[in-house]
Amino acid sequence: MQAYYEPMPGETFDVAIIGAGITGTMLAKDLSAYRARILLLDKENDIADGATMANSAIVHAGYDPEDGTLKGLLNVQGARLYESLCRDLQCRYLETGAYIAACGEEEEKHLDILKARADRRQIPCEFVPMEKARSEEPALSDGVTKVLSFPTTAVIYPWQVAHACAQVAVQNGAKVCLNAEVTAIEHADGLYRLRTAKGDFTARCVVNAAGTHAEAVARMVTDEPGFRMTPRKGEYYVLDKDAAFVRHIIFPVPSQEKGKGVLAVPTVYGNTLIGPNSDFVDDMDDPGTSVDGLKYVRDNIGKTLKNVPLNRAIRVFAGVRPTSDRPDFILEEAKGLPGFINAASIESPGLASSPAISRYVIDRLILPRFAFEKNGNAVMTRTAPPVLNEMSVEERNALIAKNPAYGKIICRCETVSEGEIVDAIRAPLGARTVKGVKKRVRPGMGRCQGGFCEPRVVEILARELNVSPLDIVLDGPGSWILEKENR
Amino acid sequence: MNKKHYEAVVIGGGSAGLSAAIELKKQGVSNIVILEKDGEPGGILEQCIHNGFGLQTFREQLSGPAYAERYIRMAQEAGVEIKLNAMVTKLTSDRRIEYVSAQEGVVDVTADAVILAVGCYERPRGAVNIMGPRCAGVYTAGQAQKYLNMEGYLVGERVFILGSGDIGLIMARRMTLEGAKVLGVAELMPYSNGLPRNMKQCLEDFDIPLYLSHTVTKTYGKERLKALEIQQVDENRRPIPGTEKRFEVDTLLLSVGLIPENHLADACGILMDRATRGPVVDDRYMTSAEGIFACGNGLHVHDLVDFVSLQAARAGEGAARYLRRGSARGESVRVMPGANVGYAVPSVLYPQDAEGDVEVFFRVQKPMDNVSLTLTCGGDTLKSLKKKKMIPSEMERIVLKKDMIAGLSGSVTLSAEEMTK
Repeated sequence: MQAYYEPMPGETFDVAIIGAGITGTMLAKDLSAYRARILLLDKENDIADGATMANSAIVHAGYDPEDGTLKGLLNVQGARLYESLCRDLQCRYLETGAYIAACGEEEEKHLDILKARADRRQIPCEFVPMEKARSEEPALSDGVTKVLSFPTTAVIYPWQVAHACAQVAVQNGAKVCLNAEVTAIEHADGLYRLRTAKGDFTARCVVNAAGTHAEAVARMVTDEPGFRMTPRKGEYYVLDKDAAFVRHIIFPVPSQEKGKGVLAVPTVYGNTLIGPNSDFVDDMDDPGTSVDGLKYVRDNIGKTLKNVPLNRAIRVFAGVRPTSDRPDFILEEAKGLPGFINAASIESPGLASSPAISRYVIDRLILPRFAFEKNGNAVMTRTAPPVLNEMSVEERNALIAKNPAYGKIICRCETVSEGEIVDAIRAPLGARTVKGVKKRVRPGMGRCQGGFCEPRVVEILARELNVSPLDIVLDGPGSWILEKENR
Repeated sequence: MNKKHYEAVVIGGGSAGLSAAIELKKQGVSNIVILEKDGEPGGILEQCIHNGFGLQTFREQLSGPAYAERYIRMAQEAGVEIKLNAMVTKLTSDRRIEYVSAQEGVVDVTADAVILAVGCYERPRGAVNIMGPRCAGVYTAGQAQKYLNMEGYLVGERVFILGSGDIGLIMARRMTLEGAKVLGVAELMPYSNGLPRNMKQCLEDFDIPLYLSHTVTKTYGKERLKALEIQQVDENRRPIPGTEKRFEVDTLLLSVGLIPENHLADACGILMDRATRGPVVDDRYMTSAEGIFACGNGLHVHDLVDFVSLQAARAGEGAARYLRRGSARGESVRVMPGANVGYAVPSVLYPQDAEGDVEVFFRVQKPMDNVSLTLTCGGDTLKSLKKKKMIPSEMERIVLKKDMIAGLSGSVTLSAEEMTK
């Protein structure tokens, strides 16, 4: 069954975006404000299944990147756009603030550099007296000697933002095609023909936002992509909500070799992330967690924090950063390929920068070549489905009276009702898989990790999609959950 | 908005909640209700279709649902009201409860006494460091049990099990009987965590190998599990390089521990026991919050449902006593786990208000032979018992006589030590 937002094979577009991560979805949303036919392609079974799904979830304020870089420019701009963006998209945005914790004189000097840079960029920050810092964050380790605070640093749920962006794009007429790995690209007569697992599509402009696969995609049209992907894995622990022990994001002092280091991050849902490490990987798609990687996380978090309740971990995960051999974001038209734009190497602070990256790509790279007109009818906001545990008792009762499924709790850890799961399945770009439901409305995200609710979610998915439970998958095609019926 | 008041509200309609409610009725507390989140009472028993329940209580071997059925009938006969599909979303220390149901919406009730009978959950994969991609094919044993016994689906055909907990052992047998091939069970510890009868009836009788001091260290397969690797561990439970064994399986079941479901208790500030991960309770099963009681696997994980029923009845009795005459009076005495004892429940006694004997439930931390079990207070030995054999998978009991309790002060320590021959 074809959804209204899926393209017809052979269809022609103005812009095809390869990769539905935060970069691709943000761009699809912003482009959907123009009179342009847009196609968003992704090789996975759901949108934003790569780096956007597995990262530190931080809207960095923008003090970290060096002057004169795209990262520096776009991080600051992007961070300033995020709060209103999340309001427009009805996505969670939590300004936790960040502490950078220095241990000893050498590191304190580095804080001064960061402070000066932040001041130049007009990013709010201040040194916090140690006594106050320790009363705010009693878990700071004894070795911490100085703390620089960035009160505007925030956390979001990156997957939610990407999904909401894609929904806005769809609402304005963009087409989205999943499970559509691009296998070849031909360039002729000013048009790009994309061969995909879901048929061929043609576009005047192609944006390569393929994350870790950006080099492979670029090589489909040129022998000289101008960059080489060198992805690095990051592994994390997720702690139970009841084990929350920090209020701010706690960073060590960043270093050239180790990047931002091992952090503690309070998430928008009240869990805490501990990680990441940073290891080069061969397999760009599905990194597992590793003994050494998690050991590195455990060994290093102790530098800034003490009594870290790692025994309250409910999950570990790994993500792959789309790092390349070039230190900055790559936002440029490919050499000799008019209208083929690489948006690559979008590693940290890519998430924070993404609203500004999207503007940059449109204003500097797309519009000068393709003068799309604004679409006065485009709606750039999204109405999110109801989330019952964020509502007042009166609101919940009104909803349950209308639809009793909102009163039937399926996930006890996160208090998710059947009505919310059904909404997540029926919405545009709705859930088709157990993990898809989990990413949208959280059953399985809690302490039991789906032990109780997964069978119920499988049942609801099968009913709503009108298929057998045997056809329901966890995530990708082939990730079946049930082997066979037991007579 | 709906507001209702009860003398007692029991949260959870599984084996513990049913037994506690029946006892409340017996004790003359009439205005009570059980709030059960599922569509039927009985809790986890409903998916435990194997035999072996009720030997202590009914002197016969029943299946889980049959055992539950007896208690459900007793509850009905006693006139216990059970609200189904009623999920408790909030509890405060002054005993206000919010629950949600499709029929009634969001409902606030108050109660003079609350009994937590909320059960436990299985330690999930994330709490176990298995390396590899997050593919399908990894289930907790109870999840696979639910798919098979409640929904009628087999989750896989070639199975490996991590952890020798009882549900894992039961599922080894169950899946074998349904035609799956169970290639082995790995247990991190040098001894089994399951009951001896399950080791015999579920593994030995089916020639399923048990790998003690082994753990699963790696999984393979991007979408669905294709294979896994186990490794032997050293005395610090660290994998020993070179001991890798590979199994081609599509399914991994985890049976690596049960954790009391305690977020309601946590959220209202109830004092928790770090060892049991359930609330600290006194000899009436009252928690640190006045009028809030706890029992069942939400209090501490039991080995047999019979003991769940037994202890829950005592919690019901304790709540009834509280409703008649308030909380216990006088100074408290803590029962501390000493050498080789993991925990003791209940762990708070009131000597000046002792009404009868108190049975303390506990587990030892390692298998031991020729054990001397002693209860000491200050330097004095209050009680000493000899036990031939003690193992962590079996819950043990020791009775403290009323007269003995009346003379206590400070704390008592329960220790178990192997006697040298």
